Amino acid sequence: MGYTLNFAAVWRSFDLLLEGLALSLGLAFAAILVGCLIGLVTAFGLVSKNPFLRKPAGLYVTVIRNTPILVLVLFSYFALPQLGVRLGKIESFVLTLAIYSGAYLAEVFRGGLLSVPPGQREAGLAIGLTEMQIRTSIILPLMLRNVLPSLSSTMISLFKDTSLAAAIAVPELTFEARKINVETFRVIETWIVASCLYVATCSALAALLRAVERRLIVPR
Amino acid sequence: MTQTLLEIRDLHKRYGAVEVLKGVDCTMAQGEVISIIGSSGSGKTTMLRCINMLEEFQGGSIRIDGQEIGYETVGGVRKRKKEKEIARQRAMTGMAFQQFNLFPHMTAAKNIMLGLMKVRGMGRDEARSVAEKWLDRVGLLSRIDHYPGQLSGGQQQRVAIARAIAMNPKLMLFDEVTSALDPELVNEVLQVIKGLAEDGMSMLLVTHEMRFAYEVSTRVIFMNQGRIAEEGNPKDMFVKPQTERLAEFLKSSSFN
Ligand SMILES: Nc1ncnc2c1ncn2[C@@H]1O[C@H](COP(=O)(O)OP(=O)(O)O)[C@@H](O)[C@H]1O
Ligand SMILES: [Mg+2]
Repeated sequence: MGYTLNFAAVWRSFDLLLEGLALSLGLAFAAILVGCLIGLVTAFGLVSKNPFLRKPAGLYVTVIRNTPILVLVLFSYFALPQLGVRLGKIESFVLTLAIYSGAYLAEVFRGGLLSVPPGQREAGLAIGLTEMQIRTSIILPLMLRNVLPSLSSTMISLFKDTSLAAAIAVPELTFEARKINVETFRVIETWIVASCLYVATCSALAALLRAVERRLIVPR
Repeated sequence: MTQTLLEIRDLHKRYGAVEVLKGVDCTMAQGEVISIIGSSGSGKTTMLRCINMLEEFQGGSIRIDGQEIGYETVGGVRKRKKEKEIARQRAMTGMAFQQFNLFPHMTAAKNIMLGLMKVRGMGRDEARSVAEKWLDRVGLLSRIDHYPGQLSGGQQQRVAIARAIAMNPKLMLFDEVTSALDPELVNEVLQVIKGLAEDGMSMLLVTHEMRFAYEVSTRVIFMNQGRIAEEGNPKDMFVKPQTERLAEFLKSSSFN
């Protein structure tokens, strides 16, 4: 083909890519943080005996998980203002990804809650703990240990989903790469470098979460 | 004159349409050790679980030290008490389970300290010293910082008993605490319970260890199909049972 790779133009804009990556991480961090809270509350709803909690939680998870995330992103950014909810690009995207991740994390947490044997709650009740104390001291720590492996893969895919923010011109990694691509015409080089940044970040995230997992292992 | 500790009146419990406790009456004095025997499915576990409100019940009443457990009747309507109040009442009884149910992510010490700190409001140091005292008492002081996964079944059950006793309950409930253990580990747990009995702890224990029930109980209750079919002192019960059902049950059990 006779094409010679030349990264010089991309290197000159490397700072932009790093800034984009930093924003990607920021978006993911904020969204997952809020998403974990939503997911936790929803998971308790999903396993509740009370249908007034269980039904809405189930509806939320079903609707969100059956809608493509790109549609959600576009809906929040373009349709919500028509309904009177005006948010900046970044706020709109973080909110959307939080709601989206909440539904996936709820499913992860639900599985974790179900894997805690009922005897644990009963032992807590028997010593006089309240339901809330049992949740925070017993159920949550056990559930967290059970879900860490799947939690980590969910978080990594949520991080990658931040690339969809490019669709509404949030200057994260993918958006910056596309800009550099257009300006330098170095198509292959740009996307190779962007991909490498994603792969490296995901690997680092995975290693970090594995370290957390190891720390939480109960000796036996 | 010994004081009444537990008073169960006409206790009825249903699971859906199936009635599993069909009017149980039982009065227990302070310091008594009552063994509950009976074939599987007769309602022994259910009775214990009603006493600490792990199960709801539909009729009758349970009183500990004169306090009505779990329900109150206001203007002729029977209502479940508030969760906080029920939690407080549960702390009056301690329970040891067949499956131990230790918290696997906490050391032996932490298992015991949790209730002391959250329910009894103790500080960390005081709770730790109470945990030490009770672990010493069950012969496991050297395992204080071990996790349940690092202990044998018998050791786990002894920690679980220490966890319950450390809360200083008025009444201890034991539900077949040796049934999940390998035979060679049964005795160490029974010895702990025997020691508590000698200290005057009030205890209700569901057990299949007939020899043990014979030795430690002040009274034995035989349950059959959701009712108390016979009760009395261990000598009378085991040596000259009054009912056909108890005679049959004893014949089929390990007591001889
Ligand atoms: N959660 C439950 N739902 C429905 N039936 C139950 C439940 N728990 C126990 N039972 C039934 O109640 C009866 C008494 O059970 P249980 O108190 O466990 O007996 P025991 O401890 O004497 O073996 C049994 O027939 C059992 O099948
Ligand atoms: Mg039973």
